[in-house]
Amino acid sequence: MDEADVGRAIKRIAHEMLERHRGADGLILLGVHTRGVPLASALAAAVSELGEPVPVGEIDIGPYRDDLGRRPTTRLGRTSLPVDPNDRTVVLVDDVLFTGRTIRAALDAVSDLGRPASIELAVLVDRGHRQLPIRPDYIGKNLPTSLDERVTVKVGAVDGDTGVWVERAL
Amino acid sequence: MSHLLTVEGLPREEIEEILDTAESFMEVLERDIPKVPALRGSTVATMFFEASTRTRLSFERAAKALSADVMTFNPGTSSVSKGESLKDTALTLQAMGCNLMVVRHQAVGAAHRIAEWVDCPVVNAGDGAHQHPTQALIDCLALRRRFGKLDGLRVSVVGDIRHSRVARSDAFAFTAMGASVTWVAPATLLPPSLEMFPVTATADLEPQLPDSDVIYLLRVQSERGATSGLPSSSEFAARYGMDLDRLARLPSEAVVMHPGPINRGVELAGAVADDPRSLIVEQVGVGVAVRMAVLFRLSGGQL
Repeated sequence: MDEADVGRAIKRIAHEMLERHRGADGLILLGVHTRGVPLASALAAAVSELGEPVPVGEIDIGPYRDDLGRRPTTRLGRTSLPVDPNDRTVVLVDDVLFTGRTIRAALDAVSDLGRPASIELAVLVDRGHRQLPIRPDYIGKNLPTSLDERVTVKVGAVDGDTGVWVERAL
Repeated sequence: MSHLLTVEGLPREEIEEILDTAESFMEVLERDIPKVPALRGSTVATMFFEASTRTRLSFERAAKALSADVMTFNPGTSSVSKGESLKDTALTLQAMGCNLMVVRHQAVGAAHRIAEWVDCPVVNAGDGAHQHPTQALIDCLALRRRFGKLDGLRVSVVGDIRHSRVARSDAFAFTAMGASVTWVAPATLLPPSLEMFPVTATADLEPQLPDSDVIYLLRVQSERGATSGLPSSSEFAARYGMDLDRLARLPSEAVVMHPGPINRGVELAGAVADDPRSLIVEQVGVGVAVRMAVLFRLSGGQL
């Protein structure tokens, strides 16, 4: 996927979201650190362009991970919610959906911040190989991969350029 | 195995990462439920062989906010009073399944020794007049929150430097972060080997005032014999105490810090402690988050 493909996928997800909820009333977008954050902002901008402003926040799931001892943490990012999530629909936004463990941690993190009416999941890429019963509500692209392949997502705000690449590990 | 035993030699990038992680935990502490599950199932032992309330409570609060279990070791009511050695005490706690030890001891190097004996991370929470790494990180965060960065800040550390592990730790941490440090004290209250520290020293506070962005006051540690180097506490207050008159001679953006507990009327006048230019309350405020960051990163095998 190049930058234009990513842009089109985000626009389509914005439409799907507004169609499903008949507007953006009661929605909050919540970007999962690191690359979910600029994706959530881009998605919020796309939704606003359709005439429906939507609040956007960010969440770092570092303290909720189940593999702290196995994989050292990088520095923690910020968690901020622009509005009270209680009785609203929180849409988690992340770059790649893989095992589902990040989203499991994000669900715990959101529960600690309040009690949303519902939680949905938007991802730019679903590469399969789930280890938990988690499924996305909005998908930029289904990307069937094998386990020895590596999916790299770059987002302009973090990496300079934007796109999705699949490489076979050496 | 990684430990936090000293800030000497800790690179700027690592300090910045700890401070960034602490900022993230500041948000956690403001929640309705100020708790995350990061250290669920871990046990943190606080071993304070020397009197402390705020540091021990701050570490325990930090451990609990990360969902760790806490074992509190109290030498007064323990087998130490029956003559158990430091090593046996540490090994006993390890055998009980402790995953991280926080150690304060009156002897220099106690935490280093324990780190050699046990196979879990050790945090030095103060060893004699040597080091107090988390206090230095706390002071860095309090300053970074106020000024945005420490680069170029002129810090004057005033008072009983000889007996102060905070002064030594801060000297390394502040200079690593780009600040310059001057120690202000009578010769009797300066350490004997000044050349070991990245600081300049002077005996006169007055000329320092207009050129200081930060006045860092230290507690006069009478329990460590500081008063023997002093004529009297009123004379100390007259030459080195911070009052409103001296506060007025600082640059307008300058701040006053103190690691606590403060002796009102000795190191600083009560009105100075309560002034908006005092960062003392902020120092305590960021303390729990900084200690969370240290426990979190050590448990994740970093630092």
